[in-house]
Amino acid sequence: MLPELGHFALILALLLAALQAFFGLAGPALGRDRWLAAVVPATAGQAVMVAAAFGCLIASFVRFDFSVVYVAQNSNSALPLVYRIAAVWGAHEGSLLLWIVLLACWTIAVAFGISRLPPRFAARVLGVLGLVSFGFLLFTLATSNPFLRLDPAAADGRDLNPLLQDPALAMHPPLLYTGYVGFAVAFAFAVAAMLEGRLDQTWARWTRPWTLAAWAFLTVGIALGSWWAYYELGWGGYWFWDPVENASFMPWLVGTALVHSLAVTDKRGLFKSWTLLLAIIAFSLSLLGTFLVRSGVLVSVHSFAADPARGVFILAFLVIMIGGALSLYAWRAPLLRSAAGFEFASRESFLLFNNILLVIAAATVFGGTLAPLISDTLGLGTLSVGPQYFNPTFLLPMLPLIALAAIGVHSNWKRGRIRERSRPVIVTGLISLAVSLAVVFGYYAGRPGLAPVSIALGIWLVLSSLVDPIDRLRRRLSLPRAVLGMTLAHVAVGVFVVSVTAVESYTVERDVALARGETVQVGGFDFRFDGVDALHGPNYDGVHGVVQVARNGRSIATLQPEKRRYFVQQSVMTEAAIRSQAGRDLFVALGEDLGAGRWSLRIQVRPLINYIWLAALLMALGGLLAASDRRYRTARATAAEPIGAGQGSIA
Amino acid sequence: MTPRRRRLLLVIGILAGVGIAGVLALQAFRTNVMFFFDPTQVANGEAPAGERFRLGGMVEDGSVVRAPGSLEVRFVVTDFQRSVPVHYTGVLPDLFREGQGVVAHGRLGSDGVFTADEVLAKHDENYMPPEVSRSLKTPQPGTTAPPQG
Repeated sequence: MLPELGHFALILALLLAALQAFFGLAGPALGRDRWLAAVVPATAGQAVMVAAAFGCLIASFVRFDFSVVYVAQNSNSALPLVYRIAAVWGAHEGSLLLWIVLLACWTIAVAFGISRLPPRFAARVLGVLGLVSFGFLLFTLATSNPFLRLDPAAADGRDLNPLLQDPALAMHPPLLYTGYVGFAVAFAFAVAAMLEGRLDQTWARWTRPWTLAAWAFLTVGIALGSWWAYYELGWGGYWFWDPVENASFMPWLVGTALVHSLAVTDKRGLFKSWTLLLAIIAFSLSLLGTFLVRSGVLVSVHSFAADPARGVFILAFLVIMIGGALSLYAWRAPLLRSAAGFEFASRESFLLFNNILLVIAAATVFGGTLAPLISDTLGLGTLSVGPQYFNPTFLLPMLPLIALAAIGVHSNWKRGRIRERSRPVIVTGLISLAVSLAVVFGYYAGRPGLAPVSIALGIWLVLSSLVDPIDRLRRRLSLPRAVLGMTLAHVAVGVFVVSVTAVESYTVERDVALARGETVQVGGFDFRFDGVDALHGPNYDGVHGVVQVARNGRSIATLQPEKRRYFVQQSVMTEAAIRSQAGRDLFVALGEDLGAGRWSLRIQVRPLINYIWLAALLMALGGLLAASDRRYRTARATAAEPIGAGQGSIA
Repeated sequence: MTPRRRRLLLVIGILAGVGIAGVLALQAFRTNVMFFFDPTQVANGEAPAGERFRLGGMVEDGSVVRAPGSLEVRFVVTDFQRSVPVHYTGVLPDLFREGQGVVAHGRLGSDGVFTADEVLAKHDENYMPPEVSRSLKTPQPGTTAPPQG
């Protein structure tokens, strides 16, 4: 009964989304203001129906309803409750439904948030979001219905992929999708602004908090995925330039550019067309990411079942949405003229370079991600593009970006008076160079390469970002949340650069074969292997090794890396054991029984690796802090008054 | 004139920067892309000698040999037409098994032995790298057909 209810709710949601899109877009276009009143009820109804469908699917999982195909494929009677719920988005159909649920959440938040904006504009925003939702609901119902029945019902389920039975992975898709989907809001604002011909700077101000929030969620989502890969995939990597990682990273890079470009459009009324374009591209890349993952055209750990029908559908959707938005853009472009100018070393210039470098970075990632696909389609051979390509090409635009950020935070709008502020720039630059050289040659002793440069740049960005806020505090000036958030995010980027450099340059890794009682020294630590013991879990068994770690003869940790065999799928999983210290992670993964009483072990000492994720968290926090700045709230109320007066409220 | 010239300089600078980035990216791309070959192609001499490439196929049944207690392992990758012996030192992935699909990164020696520096077996039991399933054109009786991805 429940699955049928869920299916029915999805169909109703599709109809309501169609109404939402129709009234929201046709009402303002035909000048029928009375239609606008129907937009919010349709939106609310759609959200309720989507939530109901999602609830039905969760209930089917919780109640072990193996008469539903999707449940039978992704759950099992031995699966703990938490993972039964997480299993809802553990595969294609459910994760698509999650996409729709999160879009509905964003849409409801937007409906409340923009209730004081001009009604026609607000209706158009909701209309565009309705259109996106309609497309995804249609896709789900037509190709990926999660409520299909299995007749006769399965006696038991095939279990959730053991890799996904992990707390971080339960949270990773919802957060990542919240970010992905959030760019739909920026997209909807951009399209609404173009439809309306309202291409002054107000739309940028309205869009900013939403874009910041989406960006923050995407940041946390990506970081969580990376953290999960680090400890769960078992072999100590944290970023693989895997196509699906790239698919989430490209919208992030463009979204970062968008956040900065919106600042210029909001404050100075410049870069208008560029900002619109970025808003379109950011969401297009989110859709492209969905296409790449769901269609199975790219080989990846993440790809679910390949189904050509799905790929074609998403591709068509992609073409309609992006093509439509770009045509609209071409039509409206003549309206986009910026009157104001700016000097060479002004903040506008720095942000322009920020945008160019970020877009170049996104383009190189894009090229590397799609090259295998293109080469394969054209019959040029099957190739793969790995870190050897991505690392150098990504670094190329990124290092100048960090340097420009360190200088640019001191620049002023409009005027190129950076020379007056050269003192803090130079002083912090010299300090960071000294610290970096001391760390690289003193502490780590050698293997310099690019490390001194990028560590210096990271420290420089941290120090340079802090100068202005500290100065403000000292002079007892107010520190608005927008400034605080920006500072936090920039400091976090600096920390990120330093920690990634340390991990990439100074990780010590060894694969070893050890017998019981043997000791190996890695990175100044002694790892003694004390054999293996049996292991019993709720839905798996296996063995765990015992490894004693000591430094200078003093024991500091006992690590127990596990090798699990999950009953249902009979798959073997490596659970690495990690001891985090302030300055490094000690990482041990258990390989296999090599015979003759020896086991293979992978041992790593990775400096500062935890600061990578900490930095990502701080970036996101900075984004949310900035999004909550009062400026956006008060600005909204005043901006709505002159235009909104006299027309019926739609909230 | 000055603001216009400055803007011109800015545009030229940006174009030059983008151009340089593009050239460098292409360069990195050309030197760092790895091609995929199956054992038949390797046997026909299509694989570049001395360059890194990816070798994919099935791990032949009964071919995995390990010196007891050592990280060194030898196995044979086959597409049921031709096979290539592989030599690897290190920890093998969890899903590495005889009769399963595998992709190895490494170089082909003059003795015809492929020395791998990385061995990948995918995370999903049902998963088969598309290149591998495509290269296994005629599965032999007795072996499992490539599972539907």
